[in-house]
Order: sequence, then C-alpha cells, then structure tokens
Amino acid sequence: MSQEPQKTSIFKVIGASSLGTLIEWYDFYIFGSLATIIGAQLFPADAGASALINTLAIFAAGFIVRPFGALVFGRLGDLIGRKYTFLLTLVLMGGSTFLIGLIPSYSSIGYAAPILVLILRLVQGLALGGEYGGAATYVAEHAPDNKRGFFTSWIQTTATGGLFLSLGIIVLTKNIMGAEDFADWGWRIPFLLSILLVGVSIYIRMKMHESPMFTKLKTEGNVSKNPLKESFSRKANFKMVLLALFGATMGQGVIWYTGQFYAQSFLENTCKLDFNDSRYILLWGIAFATPFFVVFGSWSDKVGRKWIMLTGMLLGIIFYRPIYQIFLDDTDVSKVSTEQVLKSEQPVVKRISADATTDVLYTTSTRITLISGMSYTKVQTATKYESGSPDTLVTTYKDKVLAAPVFWKFVALIFFQILLVTMVYGPIAAFLVELFPTKIRYTSMSLPYHVGNGVFGGLVPFIATLIASFSGSTPLSGLWYPIGIAALSFIIGAVYLSNKKPDHGEVE
Amino acid sequence: MNVLKKALGLLWIVLGPTSIIFMFIQAFEKIGLAPEGVAKTNTALQWGIILFIFIPISTGLVVFGYYAFKGEYDKLPED
Repeated sequence: MSQEPQKTSIFKVIGASSLGTLIEWYDFYIFGSLATIIGAQLFPADAGASALINTLAIFAAGFIVRPFGALVFGRLGDLIGRKYTFLLTLVLMGGSTFLIGLIPSYSSIGYAAPILVLILRLVQGLALGGEYGGAATYVAEHAPDNKRGFFTSWIQTTATGGLFLSLGIIVLTKNIMGAEDFADWGWRIPFLLSILLVGVSIYIRMKMHESPMFTKLKTEGNVSKNPLKESFSRKANFKMVLLALFGATMGQGVIWYTGQFYAQSFLENTCKLDFNDSRYILLWGIAFATPFFVVFGSWSDKVGRKWIMLTGMLLGIIFYRPIYQIFLDDTDVSKVSTEQVLKSEQPVVKRISADATTDVLYTTSTRITLISGMSYTKVQTATKYESGSPDTLVTTYKDKVLAAPVFWKFVALIFFQILLVTMVYGPIAAFLVELFPTKIRYTSMSLPYHVGNGVFGGLVPFIATLIASFSGSTPLSGLWYPIGIAALSFIIGAVYLSNKKPDHGEVE
Repeated sequence: MNVLKKALGLLWIVLGPTSIIFMFIQAFEKIGLAPEGVAKTNTALQWGIILFIFIPISTGLVVFGYYAFKGEYDKLPED
C-alpha cells in the first residue's frame, strides 16, 4: 500500500478538511439566518401551512435527519474510508445549498417551492450528519498522538467560523444591495456563492489521500464488516457511546447553542436590539474568541481533555443567569426620565380601523436618542373601542441601538460565552476520536456528537420558549434548560469520565 | 468513587422514564392548548418529533444507569 499519506503535510490535511467542514457549516447556517426571508419568498402566505412546513424543515432536519446522517455516513466511512465519504457529504451539502438559491418563488410554482425547500433542507441535515465525524476522524488519524488535540481543534473552529462567515456574508450583501433588493432576490446570493466555495474545497479534497490508520486497517483486512452492529450491539463499545453522549456532548451541545444562538436570539427578540447591532455584537465576540479553540485543543494535549471541557460547562452553569440579567438591565428603557433624553424625533402616527366595527387602532412610533448615546423606537399602540369600553394603551420598545460603552460590554459578555464554547468544543474532537477504535470510529463518534449537538443543543430555543410559557416564568427562565442539561452532563462527566487517553491496543 | 458511580446509576435509571413522562404531560398540555386547525397539527407534529427522538435517548439513559449500577464504568479502557 502507498506510503503517500505519511508524506502528506499535516497542514494540508488540516486545511483541506477544515475548509470543507467550514463550508458545510456555512451552508447549514445561512438557511437558519435567512429563514424569515425564505418563508416570505418560497412559502405560502397562509401562516398555518407555512408554519407546518417550517416545523418539518427545522425540526426534522436538525433532530432526526442529522443523527440519521451520522449513522448512514459513519457506517460508510468505516466501510469504504474517510476520504470518499466526507467528499460525498460535501457534494450533497453544496449541491442542495446551491439549489435552494435557484428555487422559484411560491408565486411562480406554488406548493412545489416549499416542498423543494423541505427536501433540500433534509439533504443538508443528512450531509451535515456525515461530514463532521469524517473530518475529525481524518485529521485525528493523521495527527501524532501527542498533538491530536491541537490538530483537531482546527476542525473545531469551523462550526463557529461557518457561523461567522454566514453572518458576515449576509450582513455584507444586505448592506451593499439595500434591504429591499436583498429581500426580493439578493438573499439568493449567499446560497449561490456556496457552489464556488464547495467547488474549491472538492478540488482540494480530491488531491488528498486516505487516512494512514484506515489504510493500514484495510491493508491488513481488518476493516469492520458491520460497523453499526459493532458500535451499538457490543457492550464494551456501546457503553462508551452512552458515556460520550451523557458525559460530554450533551453538555457541550447546550453550551455551544446558548453562547452562539440563544444569545443572539435573546438580544434581538427579548432585549429588542436592532438587527445589525445584535449581529455585530456576535461577530466581534466570535472574532475575538475563535483562536481559543486552538488554545484549549492544544492545552488538552498536555493536561487531558476532561477537566477543560467540564470547566467550560461549570462556568456556564454559574454565569449564564448573571450575564443575561445584565443584558436585560442594560437594555431596559422603560424607566427612562425626560432628563435623560437628548432628542425625540417627530412621532409617526398610523391609524387602522377594523372593517366590521368602528374600533380604531393607532400606533405612534417615536425615535428617541438618549444623552448616553443609546437610541430606540418607542411604539405606543392605542385601541379606541366602538362599544365605549375604556381605551387600551400598550407601550413597546424596539430597534435599540446601544451606546458604544454598552455595546463593547455586550461584546465582552458574548466573548465570554464563546470562550466557554471553545473550552467545551476545542478538545472534544480529540476526546471522541480517542474514545473509539479505528475500525468503528466514524460511526461510533458521529452519533453521540450529533445527538448532543443536534438534539440537545438544537432544542435550546424550543425548550427555552416552552419554559418561558410556564406560569410565573421570567425572561430568564428559559436558561434553566441549558443550565440543567450542562449540570447533568457535568456530574456524569466528573464522576464517570477518565482524564487519560484510552488504549485500544492499536499500533499507529 | 465506584460506590458513587453505582449509586448514581440508580438515579439515571429513574431519570430516564421520569423525563419521558414529563414530556408526554407537556405534549398533551401544549397540544390541547393549541387552537384547532393547522396550529394544532403543527404543535402535535413538533411534539411528535421530540418524543420520537427523546424516547430512545431516555432509554439510553436507563441503559447507561444500568451499566453504571452493574459496575461497567468502574474500569474504563484507559485505566
């Protein structure tokens, strides 16, 4: 068998693997980031039908198809090899993303539009389920034993990098084109751009060789005959799959999603920050924190993976509520006094009357700038009833733009949350790879990873909203889900995980 | 430590079915509260998917607890 893999520079291996995985994450995230516009363009105006298709696209792609993709492609990767499997996932992901950008609008082709979106979104979920395990395994199997954490941590930067790239390209395209053109057709550009990125990545990956450990296994005729059976029906391996899920990836998943998705959603929907402000805060936080994936991955080679990951979870458990309380307090403008107001623009009044009655709805929007530098829109909605019932007046605040010192304070708080993400996520690829033997590694590590991230992490917004619907809940109540899951994972990890690398009796 | 691992195993065995019962109660409550029509179907679909995926995960937690109780994690490959 060729010895070429050993000659291949490890940095080429890392570069080829990371670029492809980064593009896969980019593809997966642009759909989520543009979901509202996609809904308006490709889904029926009927809110009910639209919500139904959206549920299938979001829930099915994230929670069912992703773990299913992990099993399908994990099995394939353990049977035919890592290189061709994660090449296939890249083609599937890039192709489906590009095609989403080409789907005609609902007004042109009717229900075919949302059905095509749904199918392509499911293919995206399937491909993502297969990609990560392949890339992590491929890099880890090229890496020397004492630098596995450092080398695989580059793969770990790609999920956050993909989010950064998707947010950056969306904000850039929208700012260049203007909001109206972007909503009309410009939203397709980030999707179409994917084909170029994927094309480059496929070209690079095609030139790579199969992982040396898998090649050795194949040469010796020791490739698994049935990776699924060996992974999940043999107690010695299945117990490690369960330990990886409950003691590591479950907690890691909620820390990841809270720091990078729930935080942005909270700033935008609960604190009512301006669209750009909430995204810029996240972009700065990500930019400052991303290098720490490599720092913690590398450090885990020296001190072990376990306690770095568990410390990240513990800090999340302790600090999430105080951080989000600061977000709420610093954006609360309901108690602003007239002395604090620098400028109040001319109010814009809109009058809407109901068809069947003479009930009238007035909305008065006033843009207010404070001496501190913060600005926001105050919206007063008054209803005057035909029946003579007392008028109702509801005041809300939106489009808040923070003063510079508060903006950077929020960047620091987001940075801290993403720093926790780098602690739990930086070492986890090396941790998962080392937990399982080469012959069933792709299958065994992919499932706990995607259940931990796709299911436990992906459910953060849904369960947080569910908790917020309980009586007596506050805007911070939703945080009990990530805190509770991280606490459970921390206890299981602290008690059952070992800080040493497992020895599978393999000669590398 | 091994005694703690085994004792906690019992807790995981109990936690698995408890979490599923809690989810079923929530599912029935939320589906019941949803307005008739597509909104109800949508809520039922969401909860159906969640239960579909969480039943095997909770079963996994019970198996994990059983393994812990039987001392399977007293000695790991790295020890």
